[in-house]
This record gives sequence, structure tokens and C-alpha cells, in this order.
Amino acid sequence: MVGIESASQVTSWLVTGRILFLMIHVLGIMCFAYIVARRMVPLLRAERDFRFDHPWLRSGRVLKFWLGQWKQPRYKLAGTLHISIFAGFIVLAVRAFSVLIVGVSENFVMPGLAGRAGPVYDIITDYAATIVLLCMVIAVIRRLVFRPARYAVPARYGKAHTADAIFLLSLIAILMVADSLFAAARAAAPSQPGQSIETLAAFSLPWILQKALVSTSLSLSLPTLGRLYFGAYLVHELTFYFLLCYRPFGIQFHVETSLFNIYFAKLDREILKPVRWGVADEHLDQVKSFGVKTFEDFTWKHMLDFYSCADCGRCSDNCPANAVGRPLSPRFIGIKARDYAFQHYPVIGRAQNGAALVGGKDSGGIYSEDEIWSCTTCGACEAECPLLVEYIDKIVDLRRGMVDDGNVPQSLQKPLKALESRGNPYGKMEKKKADWTNAKDFQQVCPVKTLNDHNGADTLYFVDSITSYDDRMQSIGRATAKILSHVGENFGILGAAEKDSGHEVRRFGEETLFMALRDHNVDAIKASGVRRIVTADPHAYNALKHDYKDVPPVEHISQVIASELKAGKIKFNPLDDKNNVYTYHDPCYLGRHNQVYDDPRDVLDAIPGLKRVEMTRCRDRSFCCGGGGLMLFYEPKEDQRMGVKRVQMAAEAGANVIVTACPFCMVNIEDAIKVAGLEGKMTAIDLAELVDQQIARESQKVA
Amino acid sequence: MARIFCYIVHKAGVPDDSAFELAAAARKIDPATAPTAILTGSGADLDAACKAVSASYTEIWKIANEALSYPNAELVRKALLKVLPSGSVVLVAHQHFGIDLAPGLSIKTNSAFVSDVLDIAGAEGATLKVVRQEFGGQVSAHVGCDISSGAVVTIRPGAFKPLEGAPISGGVVDKSSEIGTLAAGRRYLETVVAEAGDVDITKYNVLVSIGRGIMEKDNVTIAQELADALGAAVSCSRPVVDAKWMEKSRQVGSSGKTVKPKVYLACGISGAFQHLAGIKGSPFLIAINKNPKAPIFQVADVGIVDDILEFLPELTNKVLELRSVAAK
Amino acid sequence: MEILVCARRVPDTSENEIQLNSGGNDIERDELVYSINEADNYAVEEALQIVARVGGTVTVATVGGEDDEEILRREMAMGANHGVLITDEAFSGSDGKGIATILKAFVQKGHYDLILTGVQAEDSAAQVGGMLAALLDYPFASLVNSIEVLDSKKLKVSREIEGGNKEMNEIDLPCVLSIQTGINEPRYVGIRGIRQVASVPIPTFGASELGVDPGAVGGAGAKVKRVDYFVPALGKGAEILRGSREENVDKVLELVAAKGGFK
Repeated sequence: MVGIESASQVTSWLVTGRILFLMIHVLGIMCFAYIVARRMVPLLRAERDFRFDHPWLRSGRVLKFWLGQWKQPRYKLAGTLHISIFAGFIVLAVRAFSVLIVGVSENFVMPGLAGRAGPVYDIITDYAATIVLLCMVIAVIRRLVFRPARYAVPARYGKAHTADAIFLLSLIAILMVADSLFAAARAAAPSQPGQSIETLAAFSLPWILQKALVSTSLSLSLPTLGRLYFGAYLVHELTFYFLLCYRPFGIQFHVETSLFNIYFAKLDREILKPVRWGVADEHLDQVKSFGVKTFEDFTWKHMLDFYSCADCGRCSDNCPANAVGRPLSPRFIGIKARDYAFQHYPVIGRAQNGAALVGGKDSGGIYSEDEIWSCTTCGACEAECPLLVEYIDKIVDLRRGMVDDGNVPQSLQKPLKALESRGNPYGKMEKKKADWTNAKDFQQVCPVKTLNDHNGADTLYFVDSITSYDDRMQSIGRATAKILSHVGENFGILGAAEKDSGHEVRRFGEETLFMALRDHNVDAIKASGVRRIVTADPHAYNALKHDYKDVPPVEHISQVIASELKAGKIKFNPLDDKNNVYTYHDPCYLGRHNQVYDDPRDVLDAIPGLKRVEMTRCRDRSFCCGGGGLMLFYEPKEDQRMGVKRVQMAAEAGANVIVTACPFCMVNIEDAIKVAGLEGKMTAIDLAELVDQQIARESQKVA
Repeated sequence: MARIFCYIVHKAGVPDDSAFELAAAARKIDPATAPTAILTGSGADLDAACKAVSASYTEIWKIANEALSYPNAELVRKALLKVLPSGSVVLVAHQHFGIDLAPGLSIKTNSAFVSDVLDIAGAEGATLKVVRQEFGGQVSAHVGCDISSGAVVTIRPGAFKPLEGAPISGGVVDKSSEIGTLAAGRRYLETVVAEAGDVDITKYNVLVSIGRGIMEKDNVTIAQELADALGAAVSCSRPVVDAKWMEKSRQVGSSGKTVKPKVYLACGISGAFQHLAGIKGSPFLIAINKNPKAPIFQVADVGIVDDILEFLPELTNKVLELRSVAAK
Repeated sequence: MEILVCARRVPDTSENEIQLNSGGNDIERDELVYSINEADNYAVEEALQIVARVGGTVTVATVGGEDDEEILRREMAMGANHGVLITDEAFSGSDGKGIATILKAFVQKGHYDLILTGVQAEDSAAQVGGMLAALLDYPFASLVNSIEVLDSKKLKVSREIEGGNKEMNEIDLPCVLSIQTGINEPRYVGIRGIRQVASVPIPTFGASELGVDPGAVGGAGAKVKRVDYFVPALGKGAEILRGSREENVDKVLELVAAKGGFK
């Protein structure tokens, strides 16, 4: 015998290693293939989803979000750990493959690694295994000792996931140790002439193990080393296949699914999923059921999302609804659906259709009604998810299902009915829609014309319901009009012909009503003959930009101000009170959903004497104020208001003036200032109001 | 003019306040003739109630029958049909019993029916002209009613002031023997008393009462803070309970509690009569409402047209300020 | 259980100030939107929930004109099995008794175990249910805020009485109940639901089909007629404080203190 036998040559219980390992391979792979095939069953019964376009774009996103781990560093420690483990796995994947083959064919060398590359690669893998093991140790310590809050499982969502996590981490650790021990044992055997000497990377795990094995205190005999080598190999084999087949039963499935999940991830996030892929609006009436009522109503991609969730908890950690104790945690929207899939589509046994998803536990549902209505569709969860899991579409689809069944909270029925009959959620008369333009002081300085039939205006100011009817928000409307007038814009409003943009109507699942509102507005806009649209309401902005089709380009007033500022048409007077500290609150539908982050900030920074600070949660991590549109009518179960948390964040940042650029943010924040007891210490102002107040006008110069 | 009867609701020997208001309404219909009270029931309670109304009615018809111990509208109707002369005008209070009894009674007596009457505008020949409200009290209407074959009229509680004048001593006529046996398709089982709730709003001198104008549940604290400062309690109108913003035990009105405070701050309450029916003892009524046309301003002593969400906190601050000054 | 719900289409006035027309004989209706009377909607929901528990059908009927068909569609979209429009020139101007007489004729054309109405409509009269019951000689309960089906012959119902208390009654079928708002949480119906029942035929019944004597109903048979509308003088009782908010606050406190509410 020369050195130690290769694993494939070892014969025990009359079976050669080669046969044994071949059997393990075949069994392991068959088992895995079977499990994955079973996991695909619900996806085949799911609704359609068009995700096969733009292969290059999608591949590029795989490089960025999958290979490049783009979103991981948003959480520094967890991100670093994950990137290390991910990199280690990528490196070790080749080695794992070749090691598996070695069990069957001892002289196998991975193509490309035959020459000089081989030893270099070996050294890298030695370190990779070491780093992965270290990461496992750190991860276990985090899980057991430091216990980051976002991993906790609130009682209403079931048992803690810690045991499962530790089990999986341990399996990976065992795999690393077995792999290293296997290499160490081989290297520890006395080298024979003619064999290349294996060099292990210094201070790597295999190196340390090798040093231990050859140390005189152990004085292992060659057969013992041989058994160790074989044993380590066997453990590695078994662990590898166990892990492979165990992964599809839990969060580790993301190792397999993540690549596909990112490839097929939604490209145009800001556009809401249609009610039914492949069904045109005008044929929707023929669709029997709207939205998601049972699990099979989800699209296959949404099911893939459930499989791909790694339970990292970042979505819920950023979710404002979760933060204020509403019964919603996006993490568990996915986890509960995944568990549902596992239960109703078991690996062994028959698949069975289940009850409606929404409803109490008594009726077999997995989601409560309040859970589904609690979402403000702010998008914080989606901005965070490293695996690009989609939440808003699922929530909206679940709501569509509830609306279709008539299952709508009483608090929302009244505004919805008013929207249907009057075109605004307040039930106010259409003829009063332009009343905000009639304020005496305002009318004299800035008459606003109502557009009908191509009367020559270039720009439409789309006001939307809240700014038209709410006494407080009308001031934003007037400020917006004055700014447009100052920059010499030839603009007008639709007045009574303007109905609610329907932005929240759509996001609350009432698609048919939304379409009615949209169609009405599109006709009115076209009839006005304008070439562009301006709005000060980010919800209207988002609706006009993404939910409407065939309307002129739309801009938010902050974009208009920013560009007019650059063009020199707007100049600012210095602030009178220089003691105030301003902070800008990003409205969800201006920032996160439309990436307008810099324009409002540029405008603020252009006001002489304005001191501005950033809140910790800003830009794409902005914290929702509480939600707009119909969310103002919904009565959530919550411990605290989102707005209160938000004004406290502003206070922590050292600000005493919150600037926002959305009438709904204004409602929520002004309310929250009162509730938080910060009246007199904190104020809120809309960007348009502040600009209107600071604009340097000709007449003033003269004066 | 036809003979007028007032059907009196009573409980535990005590006639309802409406007993005296009906007498006033009857006089307004026909100033010349004294109305006749009709009471149904049984035992000592009925006798006590008859005695109590004899100060306001010259004649009281008493119908005693075991079956009438609890006022079941169908049984009462059958009893009344036995004794009422044809062409009678019957007045009943427009509350839960009157709503149960009156429409069916008008059918069975083949007479005109007009409900929830606030005022009598006059009677000319066979036409009685009354005042009603529609659209939640936003609009009033004059309604003409042909009473040539009698009428059943329900009178809004509180709409008529009881007549003043020396008490009279009416005589009780026992009509019990004309009734015979009574049976109905509806049988009273029991009364489920509403849960008491944490605060007994009937015990407070000052009530800060909130209505739809409070807008949302979280704003209830605004009223609570004022009530705390004043040593008052927060009560509310029906929409607030329907929206589940407050417990049913806090509701003032015909389907809620009857309160008799000294001062009643109606905040964001439109002033539907069902709510006003629960306010007794003529408290000093201060109404705060955004809508200058809110009906509450018609009945309030003092009105302020303002947003309660802004007005109340300032009021609270002022009270606390005064308190702290007083403490020093 | 075969259930008939008598419903009515009324102007939705909650958010808007009602104004009188120039003639003073009606309110200004041009700008109003109409919907089903709120209490009637609760009655339909209650009927649907009863049928869901014990089986049967729900029919919604309204006495009115073509425009009133929309509320029938809405209630059918909620789940009502049938909608019936009872319409005839001769019916216009009916008083409460007239409507009840027409409904009685309709009820007798079919077979209903339970008839529901809303407790009251926009005129706050609270009359049709009780009248219909008396015309049919059915038992009646008003202000009903819960219904339990005991067996095929009787129900247990509670009525909303003073003090938030509930009066529990047993009532024999067939009967008429007037339903109080808040008895349940009516389901939502949107445009889509209404479109889905848009092609379901709605039978109409006139005076001749029902065998109603045109002279006994409508304006001809009405003993009660609205003479005019008027808006009562504003602030008849209230002294409106017209000061600044601060002055008003002071004045209110002064008054509260003076009336013994604050020491």
C-alpha cells in the first residue's frame, strides 16, 4: 500500500468505496431531484406571470444582486458574514464537485485545475473553508448570544426559528470540518516518492488539522490516518447530500432558488401587477375571480419568492407597520405562505387545496384581514430585500381578493362608495373641487383657470382630492399654483372634471373602481390638450406616471422647482429665522417609488440660511408617515402612530422643522406632532409652501 | 274635532316624561278639548302610573291585564282596538315602543299616520298640519294629514314643553273588562341590560360629548384630556359607538343613556334628535361644530363654529393654566 | 327561509348641505347622488347571513321608478337572489300606507317566511314595516339588532331599547322586522359586482299585475301629504360666539364655571 488508500478504493463490508459512493451519489441526487420536483408542483398550478423578457438585463441583475450581493452591505455585520459565506460557497462549489467525483474516480482532476492553477485553487479553498467555518461560529454566537431583534419570532407567528438556524449552521460547519479533515488526513500521510507533496494553506483549517494529526503526541498510524481520511470523506459525502436534500424544507432553499428568484425578479417595480397577466383591462369583466383568495391564485414567481426567503428579517426590520405594532410583518407574509405550501404540497403524499388564505385561524386562513389592510405600500421591505422578494404586489393581490369577496372594513366602504359616486373619498360635491382657488387674497394674485376643451394651457396642475378639499392642504395647492405662476407657466386645473387619481383605490385592491377613475381622468386630461402635467401630490404623481397610460409626461412640483432653480427662474430670499433646523422627510411615492431624492434636497439647500440635517432613516430607508389616501380612513390596530415615530426621528436628528412634499405626509406629521406633544417645538411645512414663502419676487425687489 | 287619546308609556309605576309632553301636543291640536290618557299594564305599577298622570289629564283610561305587564306592542294594539272610539286621534311618543305600536295601530284603525312630529302647525277642518324633519334634521317639512277618519301621531320626545298650570285631578276609568283574552305572535322574553362600562356618564355634572366630528379613534384622547382637566366625563353620540371608537356605555341618546348634567359640551355633534332625546334636565348646552348649519345650534344655548380638534386642546390648556394658577 | 327585503333608494346627504329648491316644495336634487337607504342595506346583509346559515333565498323589492333599479343591482351584487321593481304611474305620491298596501299585494303574490325593512329612511318615518305587518296580520318587531333562527316557525330577535339595553323576543314566522343599523357589517359591493349582475333580468310589477286598486294608493289614496319644505331659522336658540378662538375659549370656560361645572 502506498500512502493511504483513496476513498474510492477502500473496501469495507464487501463494498468498495467506489460502489458505496456511487450509490450515495445516485441516491442523493435522485432524492434531491425528487424533492425539487415536488416543490415545483404548486408553481405549475399557480397563476401566470410574464418574466421571460429582457434576458440580458435580467442576467445583469443576477450579476449585481446575486453574484455581487448588492444589497447585503446595507446591514454591515450580517452582510459581511453573508458575503463571506457566499464567496466561500462559490469557491468551494468546484472543490465539492471534484471531491464528490474523487469518491468514484480517484484520479479525477477538475478540468482547468490540472496545471499550476490546481495548487493555487487548493490554497484558496483551504482559506474559504476556514472563513466559512468562522462565519458559522460567529453566526451561531450571534443567534445564541446577541440575538438580533429582527430574528425574533413574535408569539402570534409561531415558534422561534433559532433551533432550525443553528442546525443548518452546524451542518455547514460539519461540512467544512469534514472537508478540511479529509484534506488534512491526506496531507498528513507520509509522502511517497513520485507523489506531489500536498501543501496546505498556512493557518487554514486543513493546515491546523494536519499539524494536529502529524504531531507526535497523537502518533497516528497510517491505517488510522486512512480510516480518518475515509471517515471524513464519508461524513462529508453524507452531510453534503443531507444538506442538499434538507435545504428545500426550509430557509436554506434560497441557496438553490436565489439565482432564479433574482433572474425572474420584477423589473419595473413601480408598476403594480395587473389583475391577471395576459388579460387586457377591457376583458377583465370576464375574469371570474380577482386577486389572491387561495394559495394557487399567487403567480409562480410569487411562490418562488416564498421559497427564496432567507428569513433574514430585514423587510420587517424596516417595515413601519411592524414598527408601530400593527399586525403585519412582511417577513411572515412569506414564511407563512411557504409553510402553507410545504403543508399542502408535501414531498410525500398528495397535494391538497386549502381554504381561503385570508380569514381567522378557525377558517384555516393564514392571514388576518387586519394584517393585509395594515400595509401602507411604502416599499421599505422591497427596498431592503437582498433577494428582491416582492411584497406590495402580493398584498395588493390579497386585497383584490378580499374586495372581490366584499370583505372590506366598514371604515373603507364609505370613502370607496363616495369615490364611486362623487369621485372623491369625502363625498364632497364635484362643483366644489376648485373652491380652493377662490380664497380672496389668493385669487387676486394668482387666478387659476379651469381647463376645458383645449383652451390653450400647456400645463395641467393635477390637484387631487385631498389638496382640493382639505382646508389645510389647500394651502399646498395655492403655493403650488403660485410657484407655477411665478415661473411663467401657462397652466390650469381640471376643476370639477378632475376625479381622484385612484392611486390608493388601486393599492387597496379596488381595481375596477380605479379603472373607472383613471379612464375618466385620462379623457379629461386629453380633452384639455395640455402637453405636460405637474402635481404636488406624490400619490397622484405615481398614479399618473405609472398607473395611467397615454397621458402627457408628469412632474412633481419639486422637480419643477429644482429645474427652474437651475434655469435661474427661481431665486430665494434668505430665511428670516436662522435658528431653525430643517430636515427633509422623503414621501414614499416620491422617494422610494420614484427615486426623486435629490431635487427636494437641492431646493432646500438653495435657500440661503437654511440649515438642514438628515434623519438616520432617509432616502430609500425613509420611514413612512402612516400612509396616504384611503389609509387615512382605515383604522389600524397599532400601539403607536407611524407619524409619531417619524417626528421623534426628526427630533433625534436635531431638527425642529420637518419639510415634506406630500399632502398626506403633512396630515400625518402635523397630527403626530400634536400626539407626540411636540406642539410649539416642531413644525411641518410642505416644500411648495416653503418655496412659495421664500421665493424672491420682482415686486419685493422693487419694494 | 275628534277625541284625542294619549297613550302613556310607563315603567315601574312612573310615567315616561313624554306623558306630559303628549298632553301639551294634544292641546296644541285642539285647545278646546282635554285629551284622554290611556295606560295599559297590570298591578300596582299601573295604578301608580295612572295616579301620576292624573295631575295632567282630566280622564285616564286604565287597561289592566296580566298579558300587558310588559308592553308588547301587538297586545297593546289589540287592547286599544277594543276600547278606542272610531275616528280617534291617538298620540304616542316616538320612541322604541311608539315605533313598534303606532304604524300597525293606524292600519287597524284605518286612520292616517304621521310620525316623529316636532310641532303642530295648525288644524283646519279635517286637515292637521304638522312639522317634521327629514334628511337627518337638515330640512323641515310641513305635512298635511287627513284626520277625518282619525289619526295616529307619534310625537318626538322633548319637542313639546309640558303645560304649566295648576295640577288637576283626573279620574281613572277602568276599561279592563272590555279587553278579554290577548295573544300575540311575538312574546317578550327578557331585557338584556347593557354592560355598565368603566364610567357612569349619568353621574357627572359636566359632559364633554363627542360626535362624528372627532374624526378618528385616536382623537378621543383630545376630549378625554379636556374632561380630565374639567373633572368631567366623555360621552358620545351614536356614530362614535358605531365606529367602535367608544364603548356603548358612553352613548347619550334614545338608544343609549339618558343624562342630566349641568353643562353639556356637544363637540362635533350634529344634533340628531335621537341624541338630544338622551339629554334631560335642560343642561346648559354649548355646541362646537365646524358646520354652521348643524342642527345642534338650534337647540344649544351657546354655539361656536370651529374645528373641535383645534378648539378643544386650547380649551384644555386654558383649564390647566387656570388650575395651576389656582394651585399657586 | 324565503326572505323579502323591502328597500328604498334615497339621496346620500351625509356629507353635503341640503338646500331647498326655488319652489320650496322639494330639496335641490340636481347635484345629489343616490344610494340604497343605509338601514335597508343592513337588512339585506342580515338576510344574506341568515340564508347562509339556514338556506333559502333573498329577494329585494323596491317601490319606485326605473332609476331605482340601480339599488336592486347593488343588492343583487351583494348576493340577493332576486330583485323586483314595483313600479306604476299610479303609485307615485303614495304615503306610508300606500307603499305598505302595494308591498302587501306583492307579498301575497309569493311566499315569504320573513320580511325585512330598514328601520327608517331619509324621511325618518319608520312606518312601512309596521304597517305592512298589520296589513298582512303578521307579527312585527321594530329596531331589531340581532336575529337568531330558532326553528322553521320562530325567531329570537332583540330590539334596541333605551339605555343601550336589548329587549329579547320570540317571534312567530312569517313576520316583519325593521332592522336597525349596526346589526351587522354589510359587505362591500363595487362597480365590478354590479356589472356582473347587469344582465340579470329584473321583473317589474305594476298595479294591474298586483291587483292593487290605483285609487287606494298613490297621491289619490294618500291621507298624508307633504305641503312644503323649509329650513328652520339657524341658531334660534344658540348665541353664536363670534370672537377669536382665544376669546371663545375664555368665554366657554366662564360659562362652564358659571353654570356650576367647573370650580
